[in-house]
Amino acid sequence: MNILEAVFTGITQGAMIALVALGYTMVYGVLKLINFAHSEVFMMAAYFGLVFLSLLIGDVSAVNGIVSPEAASSTFAGVFGALRGHPLAAAAAATVLAMLAASALGIGVERVAYKPLRGRGKGALVRVTPLVTALGMSVLLQNLAQLLFTARFRPYPQVLSGEVQVPGLGAITSSRALILGASIIVMIGLELIVKRTWFGKAMRALSANEEAARLMGVRTSRVISMTFALGSSLAALGAVLFCLDQSQVYPTMGVVIGTRAFVAAVLGGIGSITGAMLGGLLIGIIGELVKLTDYSGGVDVLVFLVLILVLLVRPAGLLGSTRTEKV
Amino acid sequence: MVSRRDFGLGVALAALLLAGGCEKDDPNEIKVGAYLSLSGADSTFGTDTREGIELAVEETNAAGGVKGKRIRVIYEDDKSTTHEAVQKVRQLVDRNKVVALLGEVASSRSLAGGLIANTSKVPMITPSSTAVSVTKNRHWVFRSCFTDDQQGAVGARFILEHLGRRRVGVFFAAQDPYSSGLARAFRAELKRLGGEIVVDKGYQKGETNFRTYLAELKAANPEVLFVPNYYNEMVLIARQAREVGIPGAMFVGGDGWDSSNLVEGAGAELEGAHFTNHYAPDVPWENSKKFVTAFAARYKHEPTSLTAQGYDAAKLLFDAIERAPETTPAAIRDAIAATKDFKGATGTMTMDDQHNANKPIVVVRIQDKKFVYATQILAE
Repeated sequence: MNILEAVFTGITQGAMIALVALGYTMVYGVLKLINFAHSEVFMMAAYFGLVFLSLLIGDVSAVNGIVSPEAASSTFAGVFGALRGHPLAAAAAATVLAMLAASALGIGVERVAYKPLRGRGKGALVRVTPLVTALGMSVLLQNLAQLLFTARFRPYPQVLSGEVQVPGLGAITSSRALILGASIIVMIGLELIVKRTWFGKAMRALSANEEAARLMGVRTSRVISMTFALGSSLAALGAVLFCLDQSQVYPTMGVVIGTRAFVAAVLGGIGSITGAMLGGLLIGIIGELVKLTDYSGGVDVLVFLVLILVLLVRPAGLLGSTRTEKV
Repeated sequence: MVSRRDFGLGVALAALLLAGGCEKDDPNEIKVGAYLSLSGADSTFGTDTREGIELAVEETNAAGGVKGKRIRVIYEDDKSTTHEAVQKVRQLVDRNKVVALLGEVASSRSLAGGLIANTSKVPMITPSSTAVSVTKNRHWVFRSCFTDDQQGAVGARFILEHLGRRRVGVFFAAQDPYSSGLARAFRAELKRLGGEIVVDKGYQKGETNFRTYLAELKAANPEVLFVPNYYNEMVLIARQAREVGIPGAMFVGGDGWDSSNLVEGAGAELEGAHFTNHYAPDVPWENSKKFVTAFAARYKHEPTSLTAQGYDAAKLLFDAIERAPETTPAAIRDAIAATKDFKGATGTMTMDDQHNANKPIVVVRIQDKKFVYATQILAE
C-alpha cells in the first residue's frame, strides 16, 4: 500500500517536472539551444502567480514589500476584487495571468539574449555563444528577483485545502488532483498543437531544417517567439501548481526544479515532447520510491545514476533519435 | 587598447584613491571587525545580528567606552557566501587591523572565517554558530552560544523528562551538517536515557515533497517527531504533515526553527510544537527583559534571538577587552577565555576549555502563532 501511494505521489511530482521539461525540450528542438534561463522563468512565474493570487484573494501579507496593503485595497481592488471569496476561481485566474506574464518574459528573454546572436559567428561559436548568454540571463534573472522581491522565502496562500475522492485511490488532496488533471489536459493539448495545427507543423519544419523552412515561407522568428511563449507558459503552470501544492517562493527555487526538469528532458531524449513527459514521470516515480528505502537522503544520487545508465545505453535518451519527431 | 599614457593615469588615480581611502588611526578608538551575511540568501541572519551589535556598541560608548576609549565596529558583508567570508576576514585583519572579530551566524562561514582568524592570531567570537567543529582545536575562536551536541542532548531530555514521551521518530536533512549533527547527538542521548527510536529517516536537503516520508513516519506510530532542520523546510513539512494527519504538537525541533517566517508560513499547523533555542522574547531573566526594553525603545520592533545573541557576543567581547591588561589581540584572547559568570541577555555564561559558552538552553513553544517561553534546561 505504501508503494502504491509513493508511486502516485511520484506521478503528480513527475507530471509537474514534465511541465517544466517541455520548455527545455521544445526550445532545444527548434533552436538546438539549451535554454538555461528557463528555470528562472519558472521562478519568476511563481512570483507572478503569488502576486496575482494575493491580489485576487485580497490577502497581501505574503507579498509585503512588493505590494502595499493600501494599494491592494484601493488601486487594485477594482480590477482584482471580483473573485474574492472564490478561492478556486481566483487560483485559476492567477494561474492564467501568471502564464501570460511568463510568456511575455520568455519572449523578452529570447528577443534580448538569443535573437541578436542568431546566425552570427562561425563554427562552434554558433552554439557556444547563445549558451553563454543563456547562462548569463539565468544569473541576471535570479539576482533581479533577489533585488525586486528580496531573498526571503514567501509562503503561498493555502487556497486549495480539502480533499477529493478518486475511485481506486481513495482521498487525495485537491491540489494534487489539480496537478494531475491539469498536466494530463495540457499534455494532450500540446500533442494536438504540435501534430495537428499549422503552428505545430511550422515548429517541426523549423526543427528539421531552419533554412528550408524559411524558404518554404515559414516566418521563423515568429515561430521561435511562439515556442518560447508556449514553453514559458507551461513552466508558469508548473510553477503555480508546484507552489500551491508544496512550496514557498524564493529567488533560487528555479535551480531545484530546473535541474530535475533538465535531466527529465535529457533522459527522455531532448527534443522529443513525449520523451520529456516520460522522463518527468520516471524521475518523479524513482524519486518517491527512493524515499521509501534506507537511502532516502540521497534521492538525487539515484536519479542521476539512472540518467547516466540510460545515457550509456541510449546516448540520445529514451525516445530521442536523430531522425524522427524532433520538435 | 588602453594606451600607455591612459594606463599610467589610471594607476596614478587608483593610487590616489587608495591613499585617500586609508583612514587615520584614531588613538582613542578600539577597532573591532564584524563579518556578517548582510545580503544574499541569509540576509536576515546578518541584519538581525548587526542590530544587536549596534545596540551593544551604543550602550558601551554612552557609558564611557572601554578603557576610556570608544569602540568602533567595522561591518563587512560576506553576501551569505563562504569565500566572501574568508576575503572579508582577511580585509578586516590586514587592512583595518582590528583587535578582535565578531561573526558569523552560519556555521559553514564561521568555520571558514575562523580559520583565517586563527592563523592571523586575532580572537573571534561567533554569536550563533552551533556546529561543534567551529571552535574545535582553534586557539583563537570562541562562541557565545551552545553547541549542537549540547542542544541535541537537551532536546532528548526535554522529550523524555518534560513531555514524558518515549517512542520517538527522527527526521533530518541528510546532507546538512547542522541537521544530521543535531540528530546524531539527539539519538545518543535518547538511547542513553532509555528512549526508543521507532523510525529514523533522512531526506535530501532542498526537498519540497515530503508526503511519502511523512506517511512512513506516521505509519511507525511515534509519540514525538524530532525534526532538527531550518525553518524554510519546516514550513513545508508542517503544512504537508497536516494533510497526512500528523498533529503539530508532535514536533520538536532545534534553533534552526527560530524565524518569524516559520509562524507566518505554518503557525497554525505547528500549534503546540517545541524547539530548543538560545532565547525567547518572554524569557524570565532580568537581563533579557532589560535588553528587550532597550531594544524596542531604540528600534521600534521586537528583537529576534539572533539579535540577542549578537548583543551578547559584542558585550562579552567588550567586557573581555576591559578586563585585558592591554588592547592587543593576544591579551584580549586570554581575557575571553577567562570569562566567568558573564550576565548576558541570553543567560549567564562561563567560557569552558572547549571555547563554548555554558548557559541554560531555552525551550520555546509555538502558541497562537507566537514563540513563547516553555522551560529552560541546563546543558550537561
